[in-house]
Amino acid sequence: MIVVQRPGLLTTVQDSGRPGLAHLGVPHAGAADAAAYARANRQVGNRPGAAALELTAVGPQLRFEVDATVAVHDRVRFVPAGTVLDVGPVGSGVRGYLAVRGGLDVAPVLGSRSTCTLSRLGPPPLREGDRIAIGRDVAREPLAAELVRTERTGPLRLLLGPRDDALTDAGLHALLTQAWTVAPASDRTGLRLDGLPLERAGTAELPSEGLVVGSVQVPPDGCPVLFLANHPTTGGYPVVAVVVRADLPRAAQTAPGDVLRFAVQP
Amino acid sequence: MRLRTAGECGLLVELADLQEVHRLAAAVRAADLPGVVDVVPGYRTVLVTTDEPAALTGLRDTLSSLPLPDPEQVSSRVVEVPVVYDGADLAEVCRLTDLARSEVVARHTAIEYVVAFLGFTPGFPYLIGLDPGLHVPRRATPRTAVPAGAVGLAGAQTGVYPAASPGGWQLIGRTDVVLFDARRDPPALLAPGYRLRFVEAT
Repeated sequence: MIVVQRPGLLTTVQDSGRPGLAHLGVPHAGAADAAAYARANRQVGNRPGAAALELTAVGPQLRFEVDATVAVHDRVRFVPAGTVLDVGPVGSGVRGYLAVRGGLDVAPVLGSRSTCTLSRLGPPPLREGDRIAIGRDVAREPLAAELVRTERTGPLRLLLGPRDDALTDAGLHALLTQAWTVAPASDRTGLRLDGLPLERAGTAELPSEGLVVGSVQVPPDGCPVLFLANHPTTGGYPVVAVVVRADLPRAAQTAPGDVLRFAVQP
Repeated sequence: MRLRTAGECGLLVELADLQEVHRLAAAVRAADLPGVVDVVPGYRTVLVTTDEPAALTGLRDTLSSLPLPDPEQVSSRVVEVPVVYDGADLAEVCRLTDLARSEVVARHTAIEYVVAFLGFTPGFPYLIGLDPGLHVPRRATPRTAVPAGAVGLAGAQTGVYPAASPGGWQLIGRTDVVLFDARRDPPALLAPGYRLRFVEAT
């Protein structure tokens, strides 16, 4: 068992989420930085999709009652029974992943162990005193080392649509040229972006429609919302563009106060 | 129909009316197309998502030419929801609509509502058909906690809260019917295209 001595700022169990249930109003959820989560699982030799911990800003303090192999901060280490692991600050970016060889054995809900922070499906966020079992979700031996790719920098790349016609030409130009600041009320549901409000073409309300991860939605106040892994399944404000999948991990690592920009994918 | 891109793995199909939405959603599900992950109806749209961008390429053509089932063939059912009409805002609703309590209940239970789609929270139905005489504004101050099973009104909408949550709807009653249970199969009681009737519980 792993015992939670201190839960950290917001520590949740995440795996690859709940695809295929959006028509029931069930959010996809899952790891916000899917690339870092997959990397942590690979490093300990887990099956892709094994449940891991998603850490936010400050990680938990965990006591391991059994021997374990753990990947965190992009390092793999063997943790003997009795060790207290104090994860501390996540490091660069706002979200980190702690994978345990074997995965976390919590009860799946609708086929996934992910905490849905929007609908409260799945296990609740970690609390002091929680006891988490280690599973047997392994695929191969842990990696001795993994090449960590240098993160791409620059604007987040967008595909325009489905409702790019909801902005005027000036509004679209502003979306693609402004420096946007990530607002404090941002989380794994989405980033709220501060900047000069975007000019909308008309004020007609949009009947609610499905939306995808990475959607850039523009509410009436003109300040965009960039939806992340725990986005709602439908929305009534227009989505003017969608961030490309390859840039979602970077988006998920931005913190309040960070500045980001957009560009249309060539 | 008109197709719009929704990222590398999504197509948003715009349709003429809700009936077409349900027919297309049914056709896409029945076709079991490779790579399709989600089929999400809205009021006038169906969003189709795929697991890989490559799966999207053929999808445009397929969706444009997919034969739609006749409206009668789209699977549907009528779900009855028993309601105890004793909501905290019922008196206020009577005042806003200038209707007696019995009339509010009569009008709320008279309609066979259509479930347009589910969204906002798991199992929550967007219902079509509310009597215009029952259109009331949301509460000026939302409640921080509305219990699961609460039945309410807000603008042109009526519905049931599937789980406790904050909310600004005018509460007119409550039901024991469970709209969403993750342990049940299927987990949601309702589905797009179903019909719903509220029935006064004694």
